[in-house]
Amino acid sequence: MAVTTETPDVEVSGLSFGYGRHGHRITDVSLSVRATEVCCLLGPNGAGKTTLLRCLLGLLKPESGTVRITGRDIGTLAPRELARSVAYVPQSTSSPFPFTALDIAVMGRTPHLGLLEAPGAADRRSALAQLDRLGIARLADRSFAALSGGERQLVLLARALVQQAAILILDEPTAALDYGNEVRTLHVVAELAREGHAVIMTTHQPSHALTYSNRAVLMRDGVVIADGHPDDVVTGESLSDLYGVPVHVTGVTLPPGYDRREMRTCVPIPAPWSDPQPEPRARPRTIPRPE
Amino acid sequence: MTRPAVPTGTDPVPATEQDGAGEVVDQDAGGVIGQRVDQGVVESVGEGGDPAVQDRRPGARAAASARIRATLGDHLRVVLLAVGLLVLIVVSFGLGRYTLGPVSVVRVLAHELFGLGGDVPGQNRAVVMDIRMPRILAALLVGAALASSGAAYQTMFRNPLVSPEILGVAAGAGFGASVSILIGLDTTLLQIIAFGSGLLAAVLSLTISRVVGKGSLIILVLGGIIIGAMFNALISSVQYFANPETTLPEITFWLFGSLARASMHGLIVPAIIVAVCLVILYAVRWQLTVLATGDDEARSLGVNRTRIWALTIGASTLMTATAVSVAGIIGWVGLVVPHLARFAVGPSFNRLLPVTALIGAGYLLAVDDVARTASSLDLPLGILTALIGAPFFVALLAKAGRQWL
Repeated sequence: MAVTTETPDVEVSGLSFGYGRHGHRITDVSLSVRATEVCCLLGPNGAGKTTLLRCLLGLLKPESGTVRITGRDIGTLAPRELARSVAYVPQSTSSPFPFTALDIAVMGRTPHLGLLEAPGAADRRSALAQLDRLGIARLADRSFAALSGGERQLVLLARALVQQAAILILDEPTAALDYGNEVRTLHVVAELAREGHAVIMTTHQPSHALTYSNRAVLMRDGVVIADGHPDDVVTGESLSDLYGVPVHVTGVTLPPGYDRREMRTCVPIPAPWSDPQPEPRARPRTIPRPE
Repeated sequence: MTRPAVPTGTDPVPATEQDGAGEVVDQDAGGVIGQRVDQGVVESVGEGGDPAVQDRRPGARAAASARIRATLGDHLRVVLLAVGLLVLIVVSFGLGRYTLGPVSVVRVLAHELFGLGGDVPGQNRAVVMDIRMPRILAALLVGAALASSGAAYQTMFRNPLVSPEILGVAAGAGFGASVSILIGLDTTLLQIIAFGSGLLAAVLSLTISRVVGKGSLIILVLGGIIIGAMFNALISSVQYFANPETTLPEITFWLFGSLARASMHGLIVPAIIVAVCLVILYAVRWQLTVLATGDDEARSLGVNRTRIWALTIGASTLMTATAVSVAGIIGWVGLVVPHLARFAVGPSFNRLLPVTALIGAGYLLAVDDVARTASSLDLPLGILTALIGAPFFVALLAKAGRQWL
């Protein structure tokens, strides 16, 4: 199987796109993301994050500016060539048909197959290998639609791995997940970047950028307003300004026993709406789990 | 820590272990599944180990090898279906007012088709080759065409409730046939006109979706409904003006669907069209499967949506128009049979297509056997397929309905 030898990267320069008069537009966006980077796109709804992603995926043709994937202009790449370099992990996928998890994962082989070819045993084996790698090989025969949100997200990640694309594009990968699955999915994403993938993801959680990424890009009204290491650009000030609500970014020290001791996270500052000294609280109850 | 840019498909299932591991699956399948994922992910992330060493649990590997092997089962299923269809064909040749045993049928076929064996009684030859052959071939052809185009439309529209009449093809062809009967054209001309007006209906639906909906699938479905309703109204007006003694019964019977009109020379062109269309659908079988998961995803996997849509719509529409021009309006086959096939081999169109074609051919042949033998009258085929199809579809809904909602 082919392994990309050049360093995967995405170069966006002067990119503009508009959906007509009232749609979201992005203006003069420049950005470059290299292998081993997890780049988090942050910004309020309608800031143009998804539009930017869709331009990177070749789903939208920019009005002006260029997108280069590993040095080549995206406009000159055939869809299949592009699919071998860039993989898309959507929030979720839905089909009325009972595809199994393996069916979905094996679709990642599509850009590597001949136009008239269907995947064979070798393709299914490599799809299974990636499901296995993410610890979900046992789900292979289960109906994708019947899986939990976290399991589905892992299957879609497996499909992206099967695709063997060096650049992963994730659109709010954790939007529909519970807390545990959110953390698990982001662990996998961070690990993939460490292995040499270039990852670009949108998220509504600034703490994702602080915890899992080494690059943060802040967007507002279709314009990039800050770009750099999360420790530098994701600050209480910038977040308060970006989202229009008071946010505080603070350091956290983890107890001994973890690789990482110092972390940063963000908390919203509650509005001063209530008495700081409420009435005496009810005693907390914990219901013991039945034996 | 830097590793090769792209993880290659490391095989967690060493070839030598694939067969031996089979028994472990069952023990393990019902085990503590909940914890597994968590362990798996934590393993692969926390330790960041080599993917090849991870997930050495026997359950996962055995399930893996079982799934790879299951494709052999798919091939076996196709072969079994084909054998079953052959048996059904031989039995069908024997059914009728002049009943023949399977041995006599096989002897006639062997002698006539392959020049094998000794002479056969002239009457047997005439019954098999002249009377029943065209009708049986027509049933196989029309059944396979309707079922395959139904499966292709369902996959393309991502809607399991779509049938081959979706673009108004059947109503259009019915209108063409009604007019032909009204003005007294012969069978060949009627077929050509029915075929042409069926295609015209599809082109009108596509034009509506193009002009109004900029190619949207939902507008295309609505366009089909509109065009279908329009042509049905036109059919009714033709019936209103038809002579109730002569042409009206003929039009009505044509619209009910029947294979009684089939003739060998009349099947040659339809057979070629259906064969070419099946080859086209086979060619797009995988790209169409990927499209069934969504436009953006399919495009990000390198699928050329416009091309696959055009080929699928073109092939399915041609096949439907052909089937209707040969046999009249036969509903439900293209709606129900793909579901049966999906139960057998899953929704991937590459596996679905051959199974759908085989089941469709066998189903219509069996129903036509009933139509021509159940009573001294030739029962209208379209009525029978609806009578069988409707309750059958309810049973399917009861079984699979949750997946569709």
